[in-house]
Amino acid sequence: MTATSNDQRNLVRARPSGFLRDLLTVSRRALRAIPREPETFIPALFIPAFFFIVNVGALQDLTEGFPGNEDFDYRAFQLPTAIIFAVTGISRAPGLVTDIQSGYFDRLLLSPARRLPLLLGLMVADLVLVIGLCIPVIILGLLLGVSFGTGPIGMLVFVLIGAFWGLAFTGFPYAIALKTANPGAVGASFILFFPFAFLTSSTVPLDQLTGWLRWIARFNPITYILESMRSLTGDTWEWAELGKGFLAILIVATISQSMALAALRGRLDRG
Amino acid sequence: MNSTAVIETNDLERSFGDVKAVCGVDLLVRPGEIYGFLGPNGAGKSTVVKMLTTLLKPTGGSARVLGFDVATQANQIRLRIGAALQDASLDQKQSGREILQMQGALYGLNAAEINQRIDELKTVIDFEAIDRWVGTYSGGMERRLDLAASLIHNPDLLFLDEPTTGLDPTSRAQVWQEVRRLNREYGTTIFLTTQYLEEADELADRVGIINAGQIAGEGTPDELKRTVGSDVIQVRLADGSDREAAVAALNRVGGVDHIDIGPHGLLVSVSNGAAAVSPIAVALDSVDAPVSELTLRTPTLDDVFLELTGDRIEVSA
Repeated sequence: MTATSNDQRNLVRARPSGFLRDLLTVSRRALRAIPREPETFIPALFIPAFFFIVNVGALQDLTEGFPGNEDFDYRAFQLPTAIIFAVTGISRAPGLVTDIQSGYFDRLLLSPARRLPLLLGLMVADLVLVIGLCIPVIILGLLLGVSFGTGPIGMLVFVLIGAFWGLAFTGFPYAIALKTANPGAVGASFILFFPFAFLTSSTVPLDQLTGWLRWIARFNPITYILESMRSLTGDTWEWAELGKGFLAILIVATISQSMALAALRGRLDRG
Repeated sequence: MNSTAVIETNDLERSFGDVKAVCGVDLLVRPGEIYGFLGPNGAGKSTVVKMLTTLLKPTGGSARVLGFDVATQANQIRLRIGAALQDASLDQKQSGREILQMQGALYGLNAAEINQRIDELKTVIDFEAIDRWVGTYSGGMERRLDLAASLIHNPDLLFLDEPTTGLDPTSRAQVWQEVRRLNREYGTTIFLTTQYLEEADELADRVGIINAGQIAGEGTPDELKRTVGSDVIQVRLADGSDREAAVAALNRVGGVDHIDIGPHGLLVSVSNGAAAVSPIAVALDSVDAPVSELTLRTPTLDDVFLELTGDRIEVSA
């Protein structure tokens, strides 16, 4: 071995980088990938905007101006639905499947990086993306005349509820990705979106739903998340509604993220 | 346990359900050597590498890498090894620089150290393409970038799992050159799996031959070739020749060590090839076994593999 090589080897050696740095490293890569794969988020912008405009156009006159409920604003009622449509199911799980199938995930596992940031780093990118998706939908709502009686802070909380819900839901596609490494199975996780998004008060208020649907909707966490978001377009802070919304997110997040972590552990143990 | 061993395995096993992919492998790799792990597809090479690089847990036996146990001290091993795996590709939508920067960060290097290492690894990668997406790289360029990524932290031990499979001759020669340079200039111990006999012969200080999950033989290429004999006479019989009679006749020729029946004819191991050619031709003529081709050559690792396993290595692309 030469003296030069000894010097080099003394200078640059691997060392544990720490949880936070691993997390930042993985999330930085995932964030870089977002604009390089526009096909993953453009539908999530288009579909909610489409439903928002069509639903408001079709149902606004039918739902507003009833005696005793003259202040009801269907545009404000629909805005949270559009947000939920935008953020539910958005994740880097398909990219994770690609990494597993191509063997790149193995390259990451060969490194001394902690295992949890390999998953959490993707979720950091998801959180940034879903916040990014909420903003144009809210701008559309504002342009159509929706107002936030709770002010800019209420609008911020509105975005955060949408973002936290989006993040809570990501546990399901990640669990499927890690368990199966199958792009078809991850794509099929979108099926979960339908009961969550439609067996609830997404198009009409809860008390106007048909009996059986109203009964089911009461068990759907989305119902409480929508109500908490809708409360922010009112004139006062409704803490009970907000509390129920955050509790619903927490329950779903606990279930979905536990599944994702169990799937990560299972994939590592298979090694 | 050998204190100077870089890799030492004892009765290492790995099963997948009822299938035993690796059964009782004993290895000892010394510091600073290039160890060639030779075997056909499905022999268990990559499974052994995955266990030694901590990607797979052994289901039996033990393995220590750089003095650390693969089952209980995986993180210590990961800090000190580099690996370029056969079936691992790189993120196609990141640039070469981004791949190297991320790799360096995962190994705890700071930005200055990463830039220094990228500069030092210029000879390995196609530097003019470093800011292009990997998806635009050729197979050889991607393989060399993968090699650079596995070297970013100056590992003490480098695993190369079939590093040249599927590469064109030019790219293969470049990888060979880099492997030799790493070993010569930096003293990096290299564990190299390959299905190419000439690759093992060209690069390895010692070769382990694995077949059906078991070590069939081990030694320097010369030692292994000597097990076949000093010389090999390859006999290709003409159509219609009586092969059984030919083998019986050859067994009666003096100086013949042994005979292998291969897909391309008979391989006759002899101690003195030049002296044996004539008696062999006469013996075959005497039993009415016409010969279409008779070649005298020194043994190759292919002959060793045939001698040890009774089969030849089928190379896949």
